[in-house]
Amino acid sequence: MTTLDADTVRHLSEAQVSVELQTEDMTLNIGPQHPSTHGVLRLVARVNGEQAYDVKPVIGYMHRGYEKLSEVRTYPQITTIVNRIDWVSGYANEVPFIVAAEKLMEIEVPERAQYIRLILTEMARISSHLVFNASYPLELGAATPLFFALRERERILDLLESVTGGRFHPNFNRIGGVKPAYGSGSTTRKQVQDLPAGFLAETRNAMDQVAIAVDELENLVAGNEIILARTKGIGILPPEVAAAYGVSGPNLRASGVPFDLRKTQDYLPYDKFDFDVITGENGDCWDRWYVRLAEIRESAKLVQQAIDSIPSGPLQAKVPKVIKVPKGETYVRAENPKGEMGYYLVSDGGSGPYRLKIRSASFSNISMLPWILEGALVPDIIAIMGSLDFVLGDVDR
Amino acid sequence: MDAILDLFDNFWVSLGGKLLLVALMIPLIGMVIGFAEMKLSAKMQYRVGPYFAGGRWGWAQLIADGVKFFQKEDIIPTDADRPVFKAAPILVLVGTVALFVVIPFGPGLIFNDLDVGIFYALAISSLSTIGVLMAGWSSANKYSLMGGLRAAGQLIAYELPLVLAVVGSVILAGTMSMQGIVQAQIDAGYPYIVFQLVGFVIFMIAALAELTRIPFDMPIAESELVMGYVTEYSGFRFLFFFLAEFANMFTMSAIAVTLFLGGYWLPGVPQDVLEWAGPFILMGKVFLLVFAMIWFRWTFPRFREDQLQSLAWKILVPIAILNIIVTATLKVVF
Repeated sequence: MTTLDADTVRHLSEAQVSVELQTEDMTLNIGPQHPSTHGVLRLVARVNGEQAYDVKPVIGYMHRGYEKLSEVRTYPQITTIVNRIDWVSGYANEVPFIVAAEKLMEIEVPERAQYIRLILTEMARISSHLVFNASYPLELGAATPLFFALRERERILDLLESVTGGRFHPNFNRIGGVKPAYGSGSTTRKQVQDLPAGFLAETRNAMDQVAIAVDELENLVAGNEIILARTKGIGILPPEVAAAYGVSGPNLRASGVPFDLRKTQDYLPYDKFDFDVITGENGDCWDRWYVRLAEIRESAKLVQQAIDSIPSGPLQAKVPKVIKVPKGETYVRAENPKGEMGYYLVSDGGSGPYRLKIRSASFSNISMLPWILEGALVPDIIAIMGSLDFVLGDVDR
Repeated sequence: MDAILDLFDNFWVSLGGKLLLVALMIPLIGMVIGFAEMKLSAKMQYRVGPYFAGGRWGWAQLIADGVKFFQKEDIIPTDADRPVFKAAPILVLVGTVALFVVIPFGPGLIFNDLDVGIFYALAISSLSTIGVLMAGWSSANKYSLMGGLRAAGQLIAYELPLVLAVVGSVILAGTMSMQGIVQAQIDAGYPYIVFQLVGFVIFMIAALAELTRIPFDMPIAESELVMGYVTEYSGFRFLFFFLAEFANMFTMSAIAVTLFLGGYWLPGVPQDVLEWAGPFILMGKVFLLVFAMIWFRWTFPRFREDQLQSLAWKILVPIAILNIIVTATLKVVF
């Protein structure tokens, strides 16, 4: 064995140290079973300490084949399927599909039915946004706002149940209108086609309550230094990137783009009412939270306006006994709580669609996860992912 | 009767008696605080909380939970480092038990009045973090590992403000013995919080971080790390962590009460009343602080790891050092 001089020993020991410090990246699977992935989203991330690179979302665990399934169902049956796409706002999913079918059949829907659809859609939006505004602080560790918001959501779900019979999956739309219900307080078996007695008045009160609760929630969350430190400047989504990935809904509006299909499309009579399109400034997590909170107020305003001006009349247009949609194709897009929801309906003249392509908001909204999560810390991954407000049923369908 | 008391003069018998007492106190305190947390959090969230167990207010809920934990299967992951995995919860609990040694419950009512009492307490309180690190490392789970490492980082960051915050009281009292500090406050006629408010606040913040409670619960962080270092633990091993958390809340609060709030002493209460009322006064003060901890837990979200570090190093440590300098200067001047 040769003796080593001092210099060589020093070099060797340094080499040893640098070998020891060469750290390996760890592959971290976040999900599919994880508390904050909202179901069964899986993220495969390469993490260096707490920093994540190359985040790849793996989807499909929730795939239920609704597009294919709807090809072997009749039109009235499909509303039960589509309101399970984004189950947090089930009612809002039904409307654009029914409108698409009506458009092909050239049915004129009675105005009262359209107003009812609008009221219930906005209520579904409020309940969906409340779920988000409640659960987002939970992902940052604050448990109490959850209960503040869910208490209000319960009010809305009760009202939805009173008129549709379902809390999550109302299945209330029919081609040509809405479901005939026992109304006007009638206890006889004779069908008076109207809303339950007192529903409109109760809803108006509930909207006042929601507006108060939203102020309360804002006070609770927005006044918290830690929440602001955790969300301001985190997960910034520039408008160009958002547009390039097809991000829509509140996520896009938080980036400052005033894109709201309620203003441009005519699937429901939104043009008769006065409401603002809320936009954010920075496109960070905080803006995404705040835009949704402010949208609850706008939706509550919309519902109250609609209640004030709802016309009387039938709930249902005259439709044939067996519903067959004439040959043709159409695309109806709607502003759902999660973003743009579109149905591309192709009919060959049968009693069910030949092809139904569903464009769901969450799918496009999470397609930019690899971009926005690049280099984020693990706590920020959760903060960013939560702020995008996606539902796995809406991603996989 | 005297024969029994004489028996306790024997070192081993008295040690056994003390051990038994602590062994009974920890589950009891854990259950009381755990139940308080359940009920208080329910009150803060428009819920009822436990309701059925025990027939009235669900008072037996925590007992039922404890029994449930013992019935659970004891799962050890295949790849786990078994000895370390098994030792970790015990080490965490030992750290808690050992802290009870120096808490003065009344005049002369202390397990052992060490001359370096507060020094001992601070040293022992770090022990449980080693247990946490062991749990995180040995679980063979990436989330556990990250939780364990976060806990280690948190310990290093918050041990310093914790120690520095204590120094102010020690300077005022001129002793490190826990009984001595309480006696010094009785002699002075005021609790040290009057002059050590800054120290008290820093101590409580650092204590929350030591306890890994919200807003400093990053080592557990359900929404990020599933359950952090306890992810792989089940059954009674999980119960150990659970008990240690609640008992630690008690001990940390008790130390804070001793150092800053006058311990078992209330202004105006004569010495002979303190003899028997001491433990109750201490408990009252401790539960005030525990209530504050529960209150924070259900109000605040959690920090991010780097924000916690900058809070510790950039804000708490400089203020604590400043507090020491001011206290020492005033002590010399007056």
